[in-house]
Amino acid sequence: MILQVFLLSSKGDHLIYKDFRGETDASIINIFYEKVVALPGDQPPIVMYHDGLHLIHIRQGGLYFVATSKSNLSPFTVIEFLNRLAALIKDYCGALSEKTVRMNFALIYELLDEMMDYGYVQTTSTDILKNFIQTEAVTSKPFSLFDLSNVGLFGADTQQSKVAPSTAASRPMLTTRGDQGSKNEIFVDVIERLTVVIGSNGTLMKSDVQGEIRVKCFLPSCSEIRIGLNEEFSVGKSQLRGYGTAVRVDECRFNESVRLDEFENYRILKIHPSHGEQTVMQYQLYDELPLAPPFRLFPTLERDPTGRLLVYMKLRCDLPPKSSALNVSLNLPVPKGTLSMSQNLSSPDQSAELQQSSKSIQWDIVRFPGGSQLSAMFKLEVPGLSSASLLEVGPASLSFELPKHTCTGLQIRFLRLSISQPALPQRWVRYVTHSDSYTIRI
Amino acid sequence: MVKASATVDIVQKKLVYLYMCSYAALKPDLALLAINTLHKDCADRNPMVRGLALRSMCSLRMPGITEYIQHPILMGLRDKAAYVRRVAVLGCAKMRNLQPDAEIVDAALVNELYGLLRDPDPVVMVNCLRALEEMLKQEGGVVINKPIAHHLLNRIKDLDPWGQSEVLTFLLRYTPRTEEELFDILNLLDDFLHSVHSGVLAATICLFLRLSSAHPAVQADVLERARGPLLSASTAQCRELRFAALCHVQQILRSLPSLFAEQYKKFFCSYSEPNYIKFRKMEILIELVNDNNVAVILEELRAYCTDISPELAQAAIFAIGRIGQNYSEKCMSILTSLLGLKQEHITSAVVQMFRDLVWLCPQCTDLVCQALVDCEDYILDSEGKQALIWLLGVYGDQIPNAPYVLEDIIDNLKTEATPLVKLELLTATMRLFLVRPAETQDMLGRLLHYCIEEESHMAVRDRSLFYYRLLQCGVDETRKVLGSIKSDPFLGGIVSQQQEPVNNWASDFNSLVPIYGKNQWEAIKSARGSMSLSTEEQEEVQPDLPGFEETEQEATTSSSKAVHFEPCLSTSPPISPLSFEQKWLTLQPCRQVVVSWEEGDCAPNILQDALSHSNICALAFSKPHTWPWKAYLYSHGMNTLILAELLLNSSTDSLQITVKQEKDNKEAVDSFICVLEKVIEMMKSSKT
Repeated sequence: MILQVFLLSSKGDHLIYKDFRGETDASIINIFYEKVVALPGDQPPIVMYHDGLHLIHIRQGGLYFVATSKSNLSPFTVIEFLNRLAALIKDYCGALSEKTVRMNFALIYELLDEMMDYGYVQTTSTDILKNFIQTEAVTSKPFSLFDLSNVGLFGADTQQSKVAPSTAASRPMLTTRGDQGSKNEIFVDVIERLTVVIGSNGTLMKSDVQGEIRVKCFLPSCSEIRIGLNEEFSVGKSQLRGYGTAVRVDECRFNESVRLDEFENYRILKIHPSHGEQTVMQYQLYDELPLAPPFRLFPTLERDPTGRLLVYMKLRCDLPPKSSALNVSLNLPVPKGTLSMSQNLSSPDQSAELQQSSKSIQWDIVRFPGGSQLSAMFKLEVPGLSSASLLEVGPASLSFELPKHTCTGLQIRFLRLSISQPALPQRWVRYVTHSDSYTIRI
Repeated sequence: MVKASATVDIVQKKLVYLYMCSYAALKPDLALLAINTLHKDCADRNPMVRGLALRSMCSLRMPGITEYIQHPILMGLRDKAAYVRRVAVLGCAKMRNLQPDAEIVDAALVNELYGLLRDPDPVVMVNCLRALEEMLKQEGGVVINKPIAHHLLNRIKDLDPWGQSEVLTFLLRYTPRTEEELFDILNLLDDFLHSVHSGVLAATICLFLRLSSAHPAVQADVLERARGPLLSASTAQCRELRFAALCHVQQILRSLPSLFAEQYKKFFCSYSEPNYIKFRKMEILIELVNDNNVAVILEELRAYCTDISPELAQAAIFAIGRIGQNYSEKCMSILTSLLGLKQEHITSAVVQMFRDLVWLCPQCTDLVCQALVDCEDYILDSEGKQALIWLLGVYGDQIPNAPYVLEDIIDNLKTEATPLVKLELLTATMRLFLVRPAETQDMLGRLLHYCIEEESHMAVRDRSLFYYRLLQCGVDETRKVLGSIKSDPFLGGIVSQQQEPVNNWASDFNSLVPIYGKNQWEAIKSARGSMSLSTEEQEEVQPDLPGFEETEQEATTSSSKAVHFEPCLSTSPPISPLSFEQKWLTLQPCRQVVVSWEEGDCAPNILQDALSHSNICALAFSKPHTWPWKAYLYSHGMNTLILAELLLNSSTDSLQITVKQEKDNKEAVDSFICVLEKVIEMMKSSKT
């Protein structure tokens, strides 16, 4: 069982501390922080040990979520629990940050109180918890489950991409707040993470897609909804459907609450969504992208007569012309001896700089339309440039965000709510692809 | 605060109770005041309030609370609302842990809990298991017999993932009678192998592996089926989860190295991952290498060698070196090409790998000797230097400039800080002297002179003295000692990698062991072993808290404030009569109370008994029938020591109580007098 749960800010401030069993004291918080800060980068910090206590923690939203235990329990369960706690805080408080946690400490204590008793998980379902917490939400908390304007859309992804997701901007503003009718919304998000390695000769060495369908429900009463996927959607290699471009994934897992009786024939998922966010389906695609990878890089390395290193890069975006990539950022390691850099970029909406701490070039493109091509020329001042230094250049890694695009081609055909709601709820379907790791060898 | 808890506003109530639970242990007397309100709330119409009150009451961690919570818990177990029952079931465990010295577990309660395993609410059922587990800890935990196991298996689909993973863990205790039953269980639980919840997934794998411990083929099949879910867990978005899954994958690979061989690309590092995950992935990649994928994996590892983080780059080079033990040619070409980068950390790591490789694969010696030329300028750290010096010593005859490299190092010996490098240097120079005496003699002399005369490190000095004396015995003797037969590397445990049987680690699956790693876990276990011994000793001297049945009845029937204070008094630690006397004489009386007392005298033993039940110790009495009759009492409470004198004055028919205390605490005195008056009241009524 779990003995204590506590939340720390990245600076080590105590935000939340709950002792479930009274077997240990609060001094462990400071010990934890000292330990976690002192860890060298290559040490796995997830489980630490101090004086009979196992400290298991995760980091989300810049906060440490820590659970302590004396027994040898399942790491998966504890990590899942802490993740769930973070997700619930996000659901109830709108976002996950030091500030929201500070402002809602009472609500979070209340949550913890209902989620866990004597170190045992009682329930983490939003539906059940809502009954106990709802009273709280009425007392005009600054943030609540239904206060839509604070809901982060892809909050979970902020861990790796510091930029605000592009789809956040396209969210509709609520006209009237606090009115029951206007809270009638449901979001279905298809989120894919793309991992690609392109070899130095341009061949695709690895391409994986991790996708999930998330439902975020703000309906006052949740009835069954039906989500229709592409009819040609198929799982596994053997099974191909239709004659058009098949949408194929290798592996697919569903939330337990999803009913699949119409999935086999009509590709329809039936689900009773609970309030807040939940993952309905997770899927993976290995090594076979239906489309070309979204970016291609054509680099040239040259030594000019004055001893400078010339890096000429052409970056092509292979998306369909209508869509575009946002917040593209290319990172290219350069020789360690590099002193300075001069640049020549093809268009004004880009920027580039040499990062001295990591000795790499950071090339940022805010918006990159599909089918277009950008180029950049960097002149690097490297004393003692040798042919070996050229080996130090690369690999280039890209991070980006592709709104309204899925790499597998998965689409939501329709989203139907079964029984007639008093007012027709607003339904939103959104697609986004994030780069998990997009590497181009040079 | 206590008054505030009487509010009807649930939010306020929750916060007040939360506050009370946190501070009850510090101020037990104040928390006692709240018991009444809590009792009242336990009978509220709203099940949420009932549950909340019961949970808070059970969570007040202070001595003596048990007598107040027993009744509400029993009521709660039979409550209509599942929410209250959940709380009540765990309340049983809390109550049990609050009175650890009680020897016998209430059998009726245990039976009731076993009965509640059939409760319609799934969480109540799981909580019953948890509570029973804690209450029956001394008897080895909850018993899972066939009916219970089957009941749990039937209900497991109704549970939430947390309950499922816990029940799956409890089921580990059950051994099916027949093979048929075993396979029925496996079939029933098969769906859980594809659970989205990694906790359930891991618990299922663990259960399956343990159940089928006698059937290795089934185990392999289970792992095969779990491969996909495990892979997606090891590519999960949450990096902590990813790491935990990778650790478990690594464990599986120890037994079934081929299981993930096809999916080796899943274990390529992505650039956004933190280093600890990358390290783990590289370790896995080493295990996955086979004839088909070796080229791709080496190419991938080669790309990591130029990583910005020197530690990561070195780890990648070491990984290539490890693979080189089986695929030496391909690795040698990569390693030699890396030398061209002329970077310190890379060169150092490569040379270290060269040393290990020539030891295990003598066929690479020529290549290594060619590659070693010119790399001495780029090695600055001591591990790299040791490796280089060793290589120069052993293969000095094949490396043309070996003596000159060593000479450089010898000339700069004063700046060398690490004794290990010096030891290595001594041996290498000696070896080189044997093969190329003309070039080495002079510098060997300088080296020995320096090490004997100026070196402060004992091991280095002793070693050089040893070599010096060895040389005095003659070159042939030296050659015999230094150039004798080397041990065969294949005899050592370096290369042999036995495939471990699954059952070796099946019990550690889904626990912290794979994450800590075996060695660290052993260390933790041994540290804890010694610690738990010492805590056991401490537990034995815990003071026991006598319960007084009469007062308990009164507590439930009367609403007198004083009763609630009672348990906060205690008679320990005891005070000797001498120190009592000293204190009595130095302290000032802080309160005097007179009670009427008509009866003649009182029997001291009755008084003593009655007082000790109220946690007041009677230290000394006058003999009966002496006038004036006196008694001296003391008690601890609320961080203060209270001393009292009873003086029975026959002429006025009154009993005079004089109270003194060590630290000023008005409340403590109040409560003490209340208790005392009560006892006297009882004495009187018992007499009449």
